Amino acid sequence: MAKRSHYDLIIIGAGPAGMTAGVYAARKQISTLILTENVGGQALWSSGVENYLGYIYITGAELVQKFEEHLRTFDVELEFDRVVGLHRTEEGFRVDAQSGESYTARAVIVAAGKSPRLLDVPGEKEFTGRGVTYCSTCDAPLFAGMDVAVVGGGNSGLDAVVQLMRICPKVYLIEITPTLRADEVLQEKVRSAKNVEIMTRTAVREIHGDNFVTGITVENLETRTLRTIDVKGVFVEIGLVPNADFVKELVALNRYGEIPVDCGAWTGVPGLYAAGDVTDVPEKQIICAAGDGAKAALGAYSYLVRLPVSLDWSDQRTKQ
Amino acid sequence: MSAKNVVVYSTPTCPYCHQVKEYLKNKGVEFVEYNVATDMEARNAMVQKSGQLGVPVIDVDGNIVVGFNRAKLEELLAKA
Repeated sequence: MAKRSHYDLIIIGAGPAGMTAGVYAARKQISTLILTENVGGQALWSSGVENYLGYIYITGAELVQKFEEHLRTFDVELEFDRVVGLHRTEEGFRVDAQSGESYTARAVIVAAGKSPRLLDVPGEKEFTGRGVTYCSTCDAPLFAGMDVAVVGGGNSGLDAVVQLMRICPKVYLIEITPTLRADEVLQEKVRSAKNVEIMTRTAVREIHGDNFVTGITVENLETRTLRTIDVKGVFVEIGLVPNADFVKELVALNRYGEIPVDCGAWTGVPGLYAAGDVTDVPEKQIICAAGDGAKAALGAYSYLVRLPVSLDWSDQRTKQ
Repeated sequence: MSAKNVVVYSTPTCPYCHQVKEYLKNKGVEFVEYNVATDMEARNAMVQKSGQLGVPVIDVDGNIVVGFNRAKLEELLAKA
């Protein structure tokens, strides 16, 4: 449970953007709540980071851990919950969480990141965690000795194939477009493997099983023929979608579902800022997200001090 | 808070497993860890307990948590 229900600032998300915003807000001593489902966001999935200055090489998990340690040296509240609604009120905003809790704030920063895109086929939801997985780095080793399918011909899809082809008798790589989009190096590795069958122009139509996945039905889009393949694992790697559904009523999203922002991380709605991969900022990088988070927090702070209603200093004083 | 019987089923590559273990260490909670990437017996136990095939799985005194769900773990660890 959060300590209170009203804050100066609510930050939604605790990836690089949200955590950096948290540090900046804390240093300005505005009452801040970070509402998030997890710590780290997409940065956590990175097996190795070599372009975040100060670290020549660090894993995503380690970098995120350092971010969290840094954040926790400040008096910032973190509440683990999923945001389901964001609404304007007379005083600012109301944020509704999945747990049923609601919080209000004068300003909000949306740094909710992205989530794996779903296949949206029958059986997918039912078998998630029971053969269907969206985290190949997490779950690949569990499928050793089993036949599996990887959906998606981009870098993350082929990364998954490379992991799996060493431990699985047979790996099917399914891509809906005519060509693979992954880096050449990865494509070569996959093409030279004897136990990988590449199926382009092929769509997954259904995932079936009993307790666990037993197979999938795919359609060849050229010949319009259906084929059933026996697999025990389905690794879905078809990209990401912004977690911006709850912002839709307040901001017109772009065609990718991202939140458009200006160079100051402002959404155009007074008091509402956004940062990181959930925005239309073209480069999806940890260092960019962190920088955007800083801009959003400073922007929100400037907005708050200009508000006719004074900041809730009384509460700050009682805390100290 | 009485001592809990905590078991973590994980794989070495899974970042959420890494987070769970750090979280428990920071809280001073002792736990037994199984690497289900190589330990077949533990993998079967995990599937039996959780009814699914995904890591991390955390067993707190017989209560099963799938994924790093901090709110849920907090609740289970706080129970007297």
